[in-house]
Amino acid sequence: MHLVYPVVIAALLFSVGVYGVLARRNAILVLMSVELMLNAVNLNLVVFDMKWADRLHGGQVLTLFVIVLAAAEVGIGLALVLLIYRNRRTVDVDRLRTLAEGDPDPDADVGAMTDDEGVRR
Amino acid sequence: MIVVAAVAVVLPFAAAFAGMLFGHTVSHLLSPLVRRLRTPKPGAARRGALVLARRMPANGPALIAVLPVAASTVLTAILALDQLRSPGTYVGTLARVPTGTIPIAVSLHVDGLASVVAFLVCCVALAVQVYSVAYMRDDPRYSSYAAFVSLFTAAMLLVVLSGDLLVLYAGWEVMGVCSYFLIGHYWHDRATSRAAVKAFLVTRLGDVGFLFGIFVLGVAAHSFELRVVIGRLPYLSHTALLAGTLLLLCGVAGKSAQFPLHTWLPDAMAGPTPISALIHAATMVAAGVYVVARLYPAFWFAPTSLAVLGVIAAISMLGAALAALAQDDLKRVLAYSTISQLAYMAAGLAVGTRDGAVFHLLTHGAFKALLFLGAGCVIVTVGSNMMSAMGGLRLAMPVTFWSMTVGFAALAGIPPASGFFSKDTILSQAWVATHPQKSPMYHAFAYAPLRGFGKAESPGYDFVLRHALHGTPPAIPSWVAWLVLVTALLTTAVTAAYATRTWLVTFFGEQRSAFRAREATPLMRWPVAVLAVPALLLGLIGPFSERLRPEWGMAVVSLLCAAAGAGGVYLVWNNDPALDPVRLLGPARPVLRAAFYVDTVYDVAIVRPVLALARLVVRADARVVDAGVEGSGRGARRLGGLLRATENGNAQAYVSGLFAGVVLIVVAVVVLT
Repeated sequence: MHLVYPVVIAALLFSVGVYGVLARRNAILVLMSVELMLNAVNLNLVVFDMKWADRLHGGQVLTLFVIVLAAAEVGIGLALVLLIYRNRRTVDVDRLRTLAEGDPDPDADVGAMTDDEGVRR
Repeated sequence: MIVVAAVAVVLPFAAAFAGMLFGHTVSHLLSPLVRRLRTPKPGAARRGALVLARRMPANGPALIAVLPVAASTVLTAILALDQLRSPGTYVGTLARVPTGTIPIAVSLHVDGLASVVAFLVCCVALAVQVYSVAYMRDDPRYSSYAAFVSLFTAAMLLVVLSGDLLVLYAGWEVMGVCSYFLIGHYWHDRATSRAAVKAFLVTRLGDVGFLFGIFVLGVAAHSFELRVVIGRLPYLSHTALLAGTLLLLCGVAGKSAQFPLHTWLPDAMAGPTPISALIHAATMVAAGVYVVARLYPAFWFAPTSLAVLGVIAAISMLGAALAALAQDDLKRVLAYSTISQLAYMAAGLAVGTRDGAVFHLLTHGAFKALLFLGAGCVIVTVGSNMMSAMGGLRLAMPVTFWSMTVGFAALAGIPPASGFFSKDTILSQAWVATHPQKSPMYHAFAYAPLRGFGKAESPGYDFVLRHALHGTPPAIPSWVAWLVLVTALLTTAVTAAYATRTWLVTFFGEQRSAFRAREATPLMRWPVAVLAVPALLLGLIGPFSERLRPEWGMAVVSLLCAAAGAGGVYLVWNNDPALDPVRLLGPARPVLRAAFYVDTVYDVAIVRPVLALARLVVRADARVVDAGVEGSGRGARRLGGLLRATENGNAQAYVSGLFAGVVLIVVAVVVLT
């Protein structure tokens, strides 16, 4: 089997994952997209392990590692999503904006620059 | 002798701190004792104690203030008597403070001049302290007042007795700050606190020059010790001497209120009257003249400085006397009179009679303190400073009246009061100085710098002092001597005129306002009466002294001048005793009253430009410096606002950015490699 098929499939899979991470609004779907990206990597690892075929099969070992890591990551990620849902009653990524700075007006803080008598210049 | 002098200086110093810290404690300790003594008990033995107890108030600050000054008076009297018996110079050094270059010697230097002036200072300080006990009785801040007077006395004694120019300067500055605090005793009054600030700033202006004068002399002589500096004077370059003495004159003009730095003294009368008597009449203002007398050999070697001093003195003398003629405030009359009399002393120094100037310093200290304390009695009785409110006090206040009569006679120069003799010494020396003679001593010293510098510690202290004081007079130009002589004679007439006018308006005629005329309390009355004794008799040293003997020809001339001034005023007053004789001045009166508008000129020329400059600086600070700082801050925030737009909290947008960055890097790597 030519090497190009699995690699192209892996690239497509990764692209779908990237699209899902960047564009989906549901947090669970975002997590699933991350899984897609990981599995694209896994696919690449297995394919190139077959191609090089070294004695220790480093690619396959690494794939096992990534699967374990992915399981752990999904566990933590789902727990987070669950907690967010319990607190906010939503898992819509677009509406979770707590990371933003609270004050969008750049001049608003200048009011704090007053002189000693507390008079604003 | 040195130990006696040191104790005399330290006692009031300790009293100042003790009075401030423990004054009220002593009051509390004393009051039960006094109360027990005051309870009447039968028995003749008790009567004496009872009288004593009635007189002794349970006033701790007053006791702590008066007793040490009294002790210092006794000690300085011992010093003065010792100098009278066997004149000599004692120098004692406690320590030499190493400074890296020229050490500062903490030392005292007692000679005839210093001991006599120290005695005068202590006497006036004692009289003022006793007087203040009554005058300031109801003042809530009496204890700090008394402490400052004690501190002032210690500082003045330090100036008088110090043997090192920098130690002298320390005392000089402490005096200045005490003067500031005491003028501003009623600081809640805005005019008073402004007067205090004005006095402080104007004298500071002179003090800067004074300090640099000390530096010039000290560096040139490689020592700040008085004895060494004077001993090395012949070896100093003429430039150093001239610069040093001219700079010293700045401080002298500031402290002794001479033109052009005299404007603070009349305003300083806003302080309590005893302070005016002590600081602004008898002692601190005389310190300037005293320093010139103390360093007289330095001035002798720089006759140009003495000529400058003579011109300053001539201007101050006549100008201040004319200004005194037109004042309505009794204390301001005395203030201008003080400027005028200090100018007499300065003129005496300028024409070459140090002894005459110091003689006048002593008599002036006595009679001017007397006049101020007497004026205090009058002001307390009348309840106003204005002479337009006084009048008719002669019969009601006999002790004050007769004492002040002596004081005015001394001021006007009527024999046998003291002022006549001391003034005559200066006038006759001015006459001598109008005939300049070649000074052999000056030429003998002229090439001294060529002979190399400083061989011994003080090679010629006694030699230099003797020749500067009793050799030929200093080589001032004869026109300066003429100027001094003519203005001094004119001033004699004007002085007699204003003294007579003040005397007549205050004590004779009808009462001009409603007050109950009565004699002041004994504690205020008796210091005045006691001061009248030296004011009357101190001048009689003159005829019995070799160097202060009056010149009868000049005495007659000055007496004629005084009689003309006094007689003129009396005739005008006699026409209509109800009116103030000063009305005769006509249109000149407002000019004289404002003292030739010197204050206004300073206000226009110095105060307003400085204020305008200050406002400009404030505006520049707000508009330029602050605006720059705030503007840069605001600009940085705006710039940051552009970047903040991306930070909208959407994690997906962040990851998009990250991904775009990775793509960019990858493309760059691929393209560039």
